[in-house]
Amino acid sequence: MNNIIVLPLIIPIMTAVILVFLRRDVVLQRIIALTTMIFVIGISILLLQFIQTDGILKIDFSGWLPPFGILFVADSFSILMVTTSSIVASICLIYAFSTIGNRHEDMFFYPLVLFLVAGVNGSFLTGDIFNLFVCFEVMLLASYVLIALGGEKIQLRESLKYVLINVVTSWIFLIALAFLYGTLKTLNMAHIAQRVAEVGQDPLITTVAILFLIVFSIKAGLLLFFWLPGSYTVPPTAVQALFAALLTKVGVYALIRTFTLMFPLNQEVTHTLIGIMAGLTIIAGCMGALSGKDVYTISTYNVIIGVGFILIGLAVNTEAGISGAIYYLIHDMVAKALLFLIIGTMVFLTGETVVKRMSGLIQYYPLFGWMYFIVLLALIGVPPFSGFVGKILIGQGTIEAGSFVLLAIGFASSIIVLYSLLRIFLASFFGETTVSEEDKKPIPKSAMLSFILLTLSIIYIGVGAESLSPYVQDAARTLMNPSIYIDAILGEGL
Amino acid sequence: MESLMVLLVGVLVSVGTYLILSRNIIRIILGTAVLSHAVHLLILTVGGLKTGDVPLLGHSSGPYTDALPQALILTAIVISFATTAFLLVLAYRMYKTNGTDDVSELRGMPDE
Repeated sequence: MNNIIVLPLIIPIMTAVILVFLRRDVVLQRIIALTTMIFVIGISILLLQFIQTDGILKIDFSGWLPPFGILFVADSFSILMVTTSSIVASICLIYAFSTIGNRHEDMFFYPLVLFLVAGVNGSFLTGDIFNLFVCFEVMLLASYVLIALGGEKIQLRESLKYVLINVVTSWIFLIALAFLYGTLKTLNMAHIAQRVAEVGQDPLITTVAILFLIVFSIKAGLLLFFWLPGSYTVPPTAVQALFAALLTKVGVYALIRTFTLMFPLNQEVTHTLIGIMAGLTIIAGCMGALSGKDVYTISTYNVIIGVGFILIGLAVNTEAGISGAIYYLIHDMVAKALLFLIIGTMVFLTGETVVKRMSGLIQYYPLFGWMYFIVLLALIGVPPFSGFVGKILIGQGTIEAGSFVLLAIGFASSIIVLYSLLRIFLASFFGETTVSEEDKKPIPKSAMLSFILLTLSIIYIGVGAESLSPYVQDAARTLMNPSIYIDAILGEGL
Repeated sequence: MESLMVLLVGVLVSVGTYLILSRNIIRIILGTAVLSHAVHLLILTVGGLKTGDVPLLGHSSGPYTDALPQALILTAIVISFATTAFLLVLAYRMYKTNGTDDVSELRGMPDE
């Protein structure tokens, strides 16, 4: 029964390998890729149900008991992330069907997306910190190729910077792992947590924790986001949406996991640092979003604001804050994917990236325009859409913890987000249309379908928050009480 | 022995950092390779150098050397090998399309 935990990782990898051999048969590739993703979604929803009845599930590979072997752990938090990322990835695939073009499709686009999904799912599921590094690398290698695929001048330039920055980050990750292994002599996350709890978090362990903070901050775009705006604007729209929805969120997941489970004891240092970084991230992201003249800049800086806001929830470290962070993480994956898909389609329809040069889109594409309006409302947190519950809970968390500065920064950022996105809405959707009736391009059907699916998800997360809440509460409870996780992995005996 | 290894790691890190800070793409890639060697040796060193016998049951009665750092390094070497190979190909393609291997010319012009 526990064996199905490994399926969200292994199924995409195996299908990806098969798809490599079906290079020319694009239609078959599409069908197989989408079927695989739907299967993974089904598995993860099934796992979510199992966890509610049976508690945390784990699988010890080859029967090596923890803390000796590598293991996969499925708790509510990780499976919620797996479910959301698989849903978003499959919707991005649907968008890619009609937009990505033959040039990508027969250059292994679908296998690469599946490898990316496998790496992302593996990072969410693993219970071993070295295995987390490996899954990160699987994800990153796929993303390196996806960002460079197409081979345009600007793409190659930006992808080279992206790869180099990530190589150096992985190097810092390895240094952190080396020191961690040197001090604690274990790599199993639960075992690390137990040993840290036994010996206390001395300055050396805190230093290691800060090394991990640096690594995951670069991956998540928390303060160290200098690489993000350049590299997220160059690939095709479907890939942009995948990156915006998944890659930074894996970093955020790793941060939350690391600082709730493994290094929770020295909060004056680590969590204060995360709080300061989150605040600065939001401020810098807001500046970027305000200064941007083209739609890509505005939307990438909105990703950064989102990351900062989620990590406020971690910085305050109360149960409300953490569950708010989980809600907001789920919301942000869906909403950012939709935002990037819509922005990319706007550029496709008008051939312009500068906000002021687009105009009157809503006359020809009314449904498209109102879906942009819905994602705008969701991102600023207007009920009944998806951002509302997360914002409320994170706000509650900051009040409980008494960090009013973070509260003010977080909620002031909503206004900036509103301004930056509303500017696109007013300038590009309203006004005189610049395209004549004959020249207007139709929005491809599968692209429209993906927008509708994502919009429905946004409405569901907002309206159906009640039905999500048992899972989120269980996830937050496990994160706030690491002993639940540790006992489930190591058992009572060790 | 440990101090010697740590010194070697330090030398490799400084060489790698120096190479990474240069403007030539190939030097930067070589720098990342040297850095990865440094961190592999670091893992080996902090994991404890040879302190016992080969970790095979029946070979000796112990104490055994910790075999885990070597497994970690093996994985890390494979990953850094793949990444470096990809980086070299990418750098070559970038050189062909952008016509330069100097990173200071890769900023991107505002009119693009």
